[in-house]
Amino acid sequence: MNSRKYLKVYKKFLHTSFASELEYKTNILIDLITAILSLIGSIFLLSIFFQNNGYIGGWKFEQALIIQGIYTILNGITNTWFNPNLTEIVKHIREGTLDFVLLKPIDSQFFISFKKINPSGFLEIMLGFFLLFFCIRVNQINLNLNFLTLSSITISCSICILYSLWFFISTTTIWFVKTWNAIEVLRSFLYIGRFPLNSFSFSLRIFFSVFIPIAFITTIPSEVFLGLSQLWKISLEIIVATVFLITSRKFWLFALKFYSSASS
Amino acid sequence: MKSNLIKSKIFTLLKVQYSNMLEYRVEIALWAISGIIPFFMLNIWTNNNLNESINISDVMLSRYFLCAFFVRQFSVVWVVFSFEEDSLMGKVSPYLIQPLNPFLRYFAQHLAEQITRFPFALIIAFFFFIFNPESLWIPNLGILFLSIVSTFLSFLIQFLIQSIVACLCFWTEKASSIERLLFIPTLFFSGLLAPVVSFPAYVKSWIYLTPFPYLIDFPANLLSGNETNISGGLSMQILWIFLLFPLFKKIWSEGTKKYTAMGS
Repeated sequence: MNSRKYLKVYKKFLHTSFASELEYKTNILIDLITAILSLIGSIFLLSIFFQNNGYIGGWKFEQALIIQGIYTILNGITNTWFNPNLTEIVKHIREGTLDFVLLKPIDSQFFISFKKINPSGFLEIMLGFFLLFFCIRVNQINLNLNFLTLSSITISCSICILYSLWFFISTTTIWFVKTWNAIEVLRSFLYIGRFPLNSFSFSLRIFFSVFIPIAFITTIPSEVFLGLSQLWKISLEIIVATVFLITSRKFWLFALKFYSSASS
Repeated sequence: MKSNLIKSKIFTLLKVQYSNMLEYRVEIALWAISGIIPFFMLNIWTNNNLNESINISDVMLSRYFLCAFFVRQFSVVWVVFSFEEDSLMGKVSPYLIQPLNPFLRYFAQHLAEQITRFPFALIIAFFFFIFNPESLWIPNLGILFLSIVSTFLSFLIQFLIQSIVACLCFWTEKASSIERLLFIPTLFFSGLLAPVVSFPAYVKSWIYLTPFPYLIDFPANLLSGNETNISGGLSMQILWIFLLFPLFKKIWSEGTKKYTAMGS
């Protein structure tokens, strides 16, 4: 594959989508306020949980904030890249414009996943990082090379898993046409990623590590931050992320065989 | 004569929208599933014994969250998203010519969706009782009636707020980001994620003056048999409707004057 070509195309994507998003400037401002309020709201909720208890599922308040920070970063990434692009698949398939995408001399998954960008998600990512830095100060975490590599590996694995989940569900559009609400279901499940996995009952914990690997998305990176994580968990996350990425790719190619354009 | 005409209008609208909704049963089922966040919250509360500090037993708390789920199911409003799409696509113009306020159409759509949603919500409640048989209870008829009324009032409040926001489409085109901003306090203050009783005192002192606790917390407390001020809650709901309705009337008449069809 020609990576220079893809880089060039991606630059064009960035340019066009920034231009079209900046047309609604007040919108971006409102989205920024929404992101800030949303973070304040979830910290408020956490503080309710902790107001009479020192620990929740074995996590202290300051430690639970790390999960909150990672969730915020991931949510920002979702809002910046996954949400604007992958909801577009539904439109492509309903209106038959996927034809034009498939005809282009470029990988269709690349085109569909990176075409658009929503700049207001950036602030959420930044907010998440601020919160993480605050947590690093409060929890007195040592910033050494080992920690930095492990945390960046686990967070990038989380991003891959999250992307694959979104992409999976969006791909099913080829059969079901309207998967808008399936995405809402995913969103509501992802919501529990804001809380430590150990605070849920055993059956839910199993459900969220086997069927929908939300456990991997936020809890394992946070454990890395606290230095609690075992090596097998990290390697398991890497394996899960690779499996998810490969299957989502395979699934997309498989689904395309069933695509028959609109109204045919 | 005139009232007959209105009656037949409403009846026809409902019938049309109901058959419309029945077409997308799977979608509505998925939507019903995406509302299960209260159950996850319940899991956190009971699994960590957080409810001991607010003096609500496990059973009462599980009833509360089940009722919160129900109230949420029947007070979900998305009028701003429909209206925004219609107004961007220019569909509002033909609606405006008809001797019928377009919002009545959306209103019928919401009611029809609630009727379609009802069996799915019952199925979810059924599963809930299988897992938590001890929390099964039968509210007495009077309470049931009052809570249906208050759920409907909560739906009305949210519908009015969103319609007001939707009317901002006449000025800004993209009003849904304002709705997403307003959704944040609704999410955290309405009692969907934590009962308002558990809020810290500095929030409780002013929260009852806002419309938020009356959206989910009040009807859910009423239905689940938790302690609540019935007459106070109902009158606050009615008060908010009386405040919001003239505002909607005003903004609607101002907006339609401002309206220029797309492309002109």
